[in-house]
Amino acid sequence: MNRQAQAVVLLLLGGAVLRASITDLYLRYVKEGLRPFLIAAGLLLVVAAIMTLWYELRPTRPGAPAHDDGVGHGHDGDDGSGHDHHEPRVGWLLILPVLGLLLVAPPALGSYAAEQTGTTLSAPRQSDYPPLPDGDPARVTVLDYAARALFDRGVSLGDRRVLLTGFIATGADNEPILARMVLSCCAADGRPVKLGLTGDVPAGLPNDSWVEVIGRYSDRIGRDPVNEAEIPYLEVESWRQVPAPKNQYD
Amino acid sequence: MSADTDAASVGGPEDRPAGGVGLATSGASRPESPGAGPRRWLGDRIGSVEVLAALLILLIIFREPLAAALDTPRVQTWTTVFVSIMVQAVPFLIFGVLLSAVIAVFVPRSFWARALPRHPALAVPAASAAGVVLPGCECGSVPIAGSLIRRGVTPAAALAFLLAAPAVNPIVLTATAVAFPNNPGMVLARGLASLVVAMVMGWLWLRLGRTEWIRMPRRPELDDASRGRAFWGAVRHDVTHAGGFLVLGAMAAACINVLVPQRWLQTLADNPALSILALALLAVLLSLCSEADAFVAASLSQFSLTSRLVFLVVGPMVDLKLIAMQAGVFGRRFAFRFAPATFVVALSVAVVAGAVLL
Repeated sequence: MNRQAQAVVLLLLGGAVLRASITDLYLRYVKEGLRPFLIAAGLLLVVAAIMTLWYELRPTRPGAPAHDDGVGHGHDGDDGSGHDHHEPRVGWLLILPVLGLLLVAPPALGSYAAEQTGTTLSAPRQSDYPPLPDGDPARVTVLDYAARALFDRGVSLGDRRVLLTGFIATGADNEPILARMVLSCCAADGRPVKLGLTGDVPAGLPNDSWVEVIGRYSDRIGRDPVNEAEIPYLEVESWRQVPAPKNQYD
Repeated sequence: MSADTDAASVGGPEDRPAGGVGLATSGASRPESPGAGPRRWLGDRIGSVEVLAALLILLIIFREPLAAALDTPRVQTWTTVFVSIMVQAVPFLIFGVLLSAVIAVFVPRSFWARALPRHPALAVPAASAAGVVLPGCECGSVPIAGSLIRRGVTPAAALAFLLAAPAVNPIVLTATAVAFPNNPGMVLARGLASLVVAMVMGWLWLRLGRTEWIRMPRRPELDDASRGRAFWGAVRHDVTHAGGFLVLGAMAAACINVLVPQRWLQTLADNPALSILALALLAVLLSLCSEADAFVAASLSQFSLTSRLVFLVVGPMVDLKLIAMQAGVFGRRFAFRFAPATFVVALSVAVVAGAVLL
């Protein structure tokens, strides 16, 4: 891969990163907080590409030494050990993430990943939970509900009606469950939080459909077959299908 | 630096007439300049720009069938994980590459002679301490360590820095504290164990390491008279080089993520010795970013605290993407010795730290 081709690849990579971070595409892969760094990195890649092209295409001063043999022999430094090449061939691989971002743009992790991985709730950060937000029903996240139901045994939930948004996946015994993926850094460490459903269970929906459910605390507890962890239940009063939210992770 | 001159002599005189140096201007950016041998794989007749253009056109034409082929849930999850590792790592990679280019081009060699203790055995702890201050990710620290060696820093110190920088820094330790709210000892154990591993590996290199294991590629653009040209040349080279190896590592990690069912882990967690070994291997295979691994470790709650400490100490120092990057920057002979040694040292130090501190 010569320097001009490298510049083109850098330009494409920078452009792909910029496009992903300016639109909401990046939210499928990483946390929201990374956005400014992604934009900065994308811009720097574009600048590096432009500078490379500029130095490549600009005629050199006749006296300037040492640079040109690097170009003329750009990709034949690897006569020796095979790895000691000067223009890295491995750079071709950088086309793959460009493709992934520009052409494929894979969806956020969904029911397949949720079913492969055990439900994840780490032990409570605090012993008592703050009261639920105002409103009837109170809007809470799947993660928040699961933690209150499991570690607080529903005390802070009481008899309040809660509204949760998540996607449908298949749980133990082929029953539908409500799940949401939680990221700590990027989708590679994405873990599901799963809720069992009783009452008016959403039926007839394919996996990965997003739903908004309204319900109350249920003291029923299930087990995740994947990692034997406890899965709290929700007593569903009503539900409706909704479009996928902008940020699909909790 | 012997490795440097060594590498520079390869491919040097035999096919480069000394007089041709000033002659070929950067109009020679087309690789088919007459001096280059005709035996290249991608030919010198068809330059890589042309290949790249053809490849991109083909990909755009076959976009639909390509997308259809990726439409099964397993492949889709693989793609998502792969792309997300890359997206997450790119800012850290760029940050590391910029810093390494600054070191390679703007920081004079004499600075390191003054900044680090003269005796290599003392330079090792100093370099480890420098790693603590600098918030970085493993993807960034590999090119930085490469630059340090190039600038005459003793390899032992540069390697200690390479291990310490991603493993112990304010961001990583804060993340660990947040992930383990009920076990404050975890932060201390992680920080201490990682520092000890970095220093032990540095000293081990002083005793057993051989300079010829490190084969740094020749980098003529770094000696360019124009600092701007040298700087951007270094940035371009490091991004394509380290970035290419990062892609390799990310692909491997995505495979592990999709192929290893979590059910297997459950059976391993019940045996104390097996669980330590299992999490050490998992840390190598998963190749998580050191800023994120604490949260994953916290979620592996069926495992003992010591085995999770092992996961946190091994992960930032040895993993698939690091091995790929180290092989690229320092050479395969180096990486295939250094990575297993680091694995053993990190595993033992973390087990001892876990026994004492947790």
